[in-house]
Amino acid sequence: MAYTSISGEKMVRVDMISEDLLASMTSAEKIRMILDGVMEGKILVLERGLMPDEEAKLIEATMVEISPEFVGIEMESYPAKERRSLVDRLFGRSKSQARLTVIGSPNQLKTIKKDRGLITALISEV
Amino acid sequence: MWSSLRGRFSLWVGKIFGRRSVKIGIYGPPNVGKTTLANRIIKDWSGEDVGVVSDIPHETRRVRRRKDVKINVDRSSIKLDIVDTPGLATKIDFRDFLSYGLEEEEAKKRAKEAAEGVIESIRWLDDLDGVLLVMDATEDPYTQVNITVIGNMEARRLPMLIVSNKIDLPTASPVKIIEAFPQHTVVPISALKGNNMDKLYDGIYEHFR
Repeated sequence: MAYTSISGEKMVRVDMISEDLLASMTSAEKIRMILDGVMEGKILVLERGLMPDEEAKLIEATMVEISPEFVGIEMESYPAKERRSLVDRLFGRSKSQARLTVIGSPNQLKTIKKDRGLITALISEV
Repeated sequence: MWSSLRGRFSLWVGKIFGRRSVKIGIYGPPNVGKTTLANRIIKDWSGEDVGVVSDIPHETRRVRRRKDVKINVDRSSIKLDIVDTPGLATKIDFRDFLSYGLEEEEAKKRAKEAAEGVIESIRWLDDLDGVLLVMDATEDPYTQVNITVIGNMEARRLPMLIVSNKIDLPTASPVKIIEAFPQHTVVPISALKGNNMDKLYDGIYEHFR
């Protein structure tokens, strides 16, 4: 379980996953890691978040797992930033830049407030 | 990348020959009025209804497509395939449906169908020429669903119009949506009352022709 008992006190485990670790994983690996983590009761903080198509795939994979016992995920990220170099502008291309993302079970993670620059959330044991 | 190129090429060919309908998906979280909007557009231009609406979340659990809806704007027109999609969500708990008076078995069935509907909605993103993203003007616009849909449309470089729905309600604040997503066009409407629909049709013509 994701709970760690220190001196008899139950605590929630938070995994903070670096941009480098995420960059070394395929989309499928990231999604599996996130879903397994949430199912184990962990709160995951992704330093650089997921790309928009990965977010969509994560929602899709989450829906496949929905059951009376697993009700899905709470995911909060900031709106993606658009990153366009001069070459990108010339060719009309753009790259979305993923940003910090917090993911957990809806039973544990409650978002209180969210705007362009601030996510306020509460984390509970269960 | 490939689906984006294919979509843009297909839209471009359609424009040149002026024959093809533009496939527009109506997206958003549950209960923001997607089916009410689809019904309004289709009723305005063909006199028919598409889907049933209700206060219970996830009423629409299958994608519904209405082909060749011709919208006239000034002296021009645009032909649309309207794709009304089930509400997107990251969580679905059958217990939430119990408070609407559903029996447990019925609620579990609805949750399962709603999850399948979300998957279907996401898969449709690959086959669209553009999206009407519907937001509830009385709610916080920074939902994960909104952020994910906007991110996907921006990454695909496909046109999108944000529809700020339910402006007939006293607590509506379309300004919040405009401020949240300043890089996109936001059209405040009431799909239920038919307020500002002319502006929406102008926007549809401008964005998707």
